[in-house]
Amino acid sequence: MALEIRGVTKRFGALVANDGISLSVAEGEILALLGENGAGKTTLMNILFGHYVADEGEMLVDGRALPPGDTGAAIAAGVGMVHQHFALADNMTVLENITLGTEKLWSWRSDTAAARARIVEMAEAYGLTVDPDRRVDELSIGERQRVEILKALYRDARILILDEPTSVLTPQESDRLFDTLKAMVAQGLSIIFITHKLHEILAVSDRVTVLRRGAVVGTVATVDADRESLAEMMVGRKVARPRAEHLDPGRAVIELDAVSVAGPRGGNPVLDRVSLTVREREIVGLAGVAGNGQSALAALLSGTLAPSAGTVTLDGEPVRRFTAREFIIRRVGRIPEDRHATGVVGDLAVWENLISERLRETPLWRWGRIIDFAACKAYARRLVEQFDIRGAGIDGATRLMSGGNMQKLILARVLDRSPRFILASQPIRGLDEGAIAAVHQRLLDAKRDGAGVLVISEDLDEILSIADRVVVIHAGRTSPSLDIGDADARRLGLMMAGDLQHGAGAMAS
Amino acid sequence: MDLIEVFLTAGFWAAMIRIACPLILGTLGELICERAGVLNLGIEGIMTAGAMAGWMWVYQGGDLWGGVVFAAVVGASLGLIHAGFTVYLGLSQHVAGIGLTMFASAMSFFTFRMMLPSSTTPPKIQGFQQVRIPGVSDLPFLGDAFLNHTPLTYATFLAVPAVMYVLYRTPLGLAVRMAGENPVAVEAQGIDVLAVRCGAVMAGSALMAIGGAYLTMSAFDAFYFGMINGRGWICVALVIFASWRPGKALLGALLFAGLDALQVRAQQFAGGAIPYQFFLMLPYVLSIAAMVVMARRARYPKALLVPYRRGERH
Amino acid sequence: MTLEPREHTPLWLVVMAPVAAVVASLVLCSVLILWTGQPVLKAYGLLLGGAFGSSFGIAETLTRSTPLILTGLAVAVAFRAKFWNIGAEGQLYCGALAATWLGTGMISLPPILMIPLLFVGGAVAGGVALLLPVFLKVRLKVDEVVTTLLLNFVILLLVSFLLEGPWKDPMSLGWPQAAPIVDEGVLPVLLAKSRLHLGLLVGLAAAILIWAAMRWSIWGYEIRAVGLNPQAAGFAGIPVNLTMLRVAMLSGGLAGMAGVGEVAGLKGYLTLDLSPGFGYAGIAVAMLANLHPIGVILSAVFLAGIYVGADSMSRAVNIPTYIADVLVASSVLAVLVSLMLVRFRVRFR
Repeated sequence: MALEIRGVTKRFGALVANDGISLSVAEGEILALLGENGAGKTTLMNILFGHYVADEGEMLVDGRALPPGDTGAAIAAGVGMVHQHFALADNMTVLENITLGTEKLWSWRSDTAAARARIVEMAEAYGLTVDPDRRVDELSIGERQRVEILKALYRDARILILDEPTSVLTPQESDRLFDTLKAMVAQGLSIIFITHKLHEILAVSDRVTVLRRGAVVGTVATVDADRESLAEMMVGRKVARPRAEHLDPGRAVIELDAVSVAGPRGGNPVLDRVSLTVREREIVGLAGVAGNGQSALAALLSGTLAPSAGTVTLDGEPVRRFTAREFIIRRVGRIPEDRHATGVVGDLAVWENLISERLRETPLWRWGRIIDFAACKAYARRLVEQFDIRGAGIDGATRLMSGGNMQKLILARVLDRSPRFILASQPIRGLDEGAIAAVHQRLLDAKRDGAGVLVISEDLDEILSIADRVVVIHAGRTSPSLDIGDADARRLGLMMAGDLQHGAGAMAS
Repeated sequence: MDLIEVFLTAGFWAAMIRIACPLILGTLGELICERAGVLNLGIEGIMTAGAMAGWMWVYQGGDLWGGVVFAAVVGASLGLIHAGFTVYLGLSQHVAGIGLTMFASAMSFFTFRMMLPSSTTPPKIQGFQQVRIPGVSDLPFLGDAFLNHTPLTYATFLAVPAVMYVLYRTPLGLAVRMAGENPVAVEAQGIDVLAVRCGAVMAGSALMAIGGAYLTMSAFDAFYFGMINGRGWICVALVIFASWRPGKALLGALLFAGLDALQVRAQQFAGGAIPYQFFLMLPYVLSIAAMVVMARRARYPKALLVPYRRGERH
Repeated sequence: MTLEPREHTPLWLVVMAPVAAVVASLVLCSVLILWTGQPVLKAYGLLLGGAFGSSFGIAETLTRSTPLILTGLAVAVAFRAKFWNIGAEGQLYCGALAATWLGTGMISLPPILMIPLLFVGGAVAGGVALLLPVFLKVRLKVDEVVTTLLLNFVILLLVSFLLEGPWKDPMSLGWPQAAPIVDEGVLPVLLAKSRLHLGLLVGLAAAILIWAAMRWSIWGYEIRAVGLNPQAAGFAGIPVNLTMLRVAMLSGGLAGMAGVGEVAGLKGYLTLDLSPGFGYAGIAVAMLANLHPIGVILSAVFLAGIYVGADSMSRAVNIPTYIADVLVASSVLAVLVSLMLVRFRVRFR
């Protein structure tokens, strides 16, 4: 066995993140590690890679035990890791990112010429072309992933771990990645492929180990597996995500007409003449690879960024003041991309976060200035009950909540105002199946109640399951909208790669 | 004498070099810390302690270079305290730095008083003397302006290319810069981020302390209370002005020192028409102006002020 | 060694943390006292006795604590919002300048109006001193630590210019000092035969008001939210920049009032040595109080006690008064560690 993990257990306080996990990978094999968010996959890999130290258990590479908590030793033993959130320094070159730590720290000079030659050679061998002298922030997401893989290969990795590698790629790019991975195992490398996407497992892996709530549920050969059985192993019950039902859309709740946002220092515009309409009783999905202008569009529709050109019309009235307050007052419900950084103030109590968009409103505030503790807490108690928010109690610190409950808190804050338009950025990122179903159900309910919803997501499965129409964003431009019936992963993938007019013949409305 | 003629006197340029040296050392030191991701507001106190340590070493009969080394050791030790607080414990870099400045200054003054319980005029030491380089120092103008300085001055100017080389041409420098940009990337390559940061803060603090020692050993030849007089804070501003680049830091410090030297001479021309306090304000006002000018273009290290905790996902 | 955030922090831990820090720094400083050759316990006894052992000592300590309460509050309010105002020293002098300008004959009012006018004027002047740093921070993202620090030097030089030039008191026999505050503006003394003045009550009232405002008012809510997570606060519709401006005005205003108290209550006229670093000591006061307004009162009295006690200790035995600064600075560093231990649990593996 190239790698063997025996009985690894890791606890964080009361939480058991890994519970006696054992698995193994042979030389020339791709093992898929399947599990929902929060099942303990990433924790396990962080232990293997020395970022955490396990409470129990051991790890063997080629039969030799790996010292715990020593990243350097893991690398030296031939373990390489491609992190989901790339471990790259944006302001520095590809070469610098790859060679960091490969030479003796205290040597007097670094041999960049030899390193450059070796990178180019390896890049060609595996079809991972990338210019070693470009700065990382000039690279596309796909190219950055290649740098991450090259980083591992440059250090002679024999066992490559990829953590959710396709979450940032288009379907076509994913296929290309799979080809690269197959070429690698053909040369004797071993690969652990962490994912929660079933079709990828069936496409690329030899065996599957399924994790649930920190423990191994089972290991099966991929040839013997199918989607339904794997899904049930992963979640522990029949999976049923709520599906969209078609309703007749009403008036437009938000209209963007040729909206642009200028880039920093006169660079390319972040948003380039975007036109987009969302109507009552419909969910529009915005698909695209990360970093193509989604963040700017979300900020714009949250009221935290003003456009440099074009008009935004809310409920028939043009928006003149782009402030968060204005958007809240005009009944825009905003679900931010990053719950921890933008959604809540983690060190404030749950009730304090629940009232944060209702400042100065009676009866929560007397005379609009003095807080009425009793009224606020009663209000918070009602929302906690109504939206089934668990974890901390209304007086507990919000940072202690799980991602799912934090998202429910934000949903409660947003939906209690009966919004006309809801902006949901990556609403299910990092959530487990139960929470995903709850979030989607809430959005579908809001749609039935008459709201228009824009879901910005990098997860095509999400968009295909709940949207009525799809718009694709690439390099700050948006495609014409596509009826969900005309959209499939392949076609959207081509559009996400830049062919925005692909399928323009099938324009809806 | 016209103000323009000032630029034609060797004395002006020599004064500029002298004023620049402590600023160069302090700015380089702060730059190294910040490149690794740690703001070091202990600089004012570390420079005070360095000034005190260097002076004390020589006053007690030690040799000059020994004094420089001793100041550096004191600076590095104070840097270790700062690193312990900000790197290992992840405390607020602002607050820890201010606390360190208070601590280092108070300790320096206490020690000074312990050694000289009742002296009102600070005793002089025999500091570094000017070294004439045979041949070139006798050049008219150039010799007196640029080639007739103390060994510590020459060493200061050599420190700039040395820091540049280490930061940009060695694996260690790469690790330091990367630690300030994205510590996760450093950890992922098997390097101990905390050790890199700690080392950078210690090295930077040692340079700051030598900058302080320059004042007592190569400029005033004595230790006064309040002799640093905001120079540390000016260095923090200069780092921003220099966009975190050693070469620009040198330029910034020289420009700044030139204006300071000019200011002293301009006071004489003003002949009391403009009160001297306004000339003394200039360095501080200029520092603020320098930060304002560079603010929009500043490309600060991305992980500056962000503590790194192993295994934390954000 | 790893740090784990605690899920719940018992109140006694929060209260004990500064106390433990002070004890730790007393232990550390005993090394310095041993160096002076004096017995440690006797030295600390003298310090304690000098500060709190007599009614004169207590009055002196409270007098000294008056500006510290106000500068401590100034720092505490600003730090809560992560607005790193290190310029309380300069703002204090701005307040003193305003009091001198208003209170040396420019207008004549009865005391009931004159004294409030001086405080309002001083607060406005202190706030104005922070306008530039807060503007630069909000608009250009210029670090306010450096700007507020550098402005301290600028303001002090401005004071020096005024005292040697246009505002110099012709009756002062050549000393650089301003004309005395008119009788109507002088703060009443609280305790006969002491220097304790009305400023103390102003400081206490300010502390209580700020505590109440932080807890119950919408501004308090906004300041806390902005300080803890400005991005999320802005997203929720809280005007982050306006809140910063409010915090700056409040912080500068409090420091300015400290200057008014010193000029109109203690010295009677403005000099260049009006403040022996009260602005900087305010940082220590605020840190020891864990930025809590009521805690500021206690820590200001404690710090004032150290300074007053160290003075009398150094008169009695041969220990430099700088021991007080070392004690205060090491307490600040120690309290940083102890407060972290309150929030996190240390696990050794």
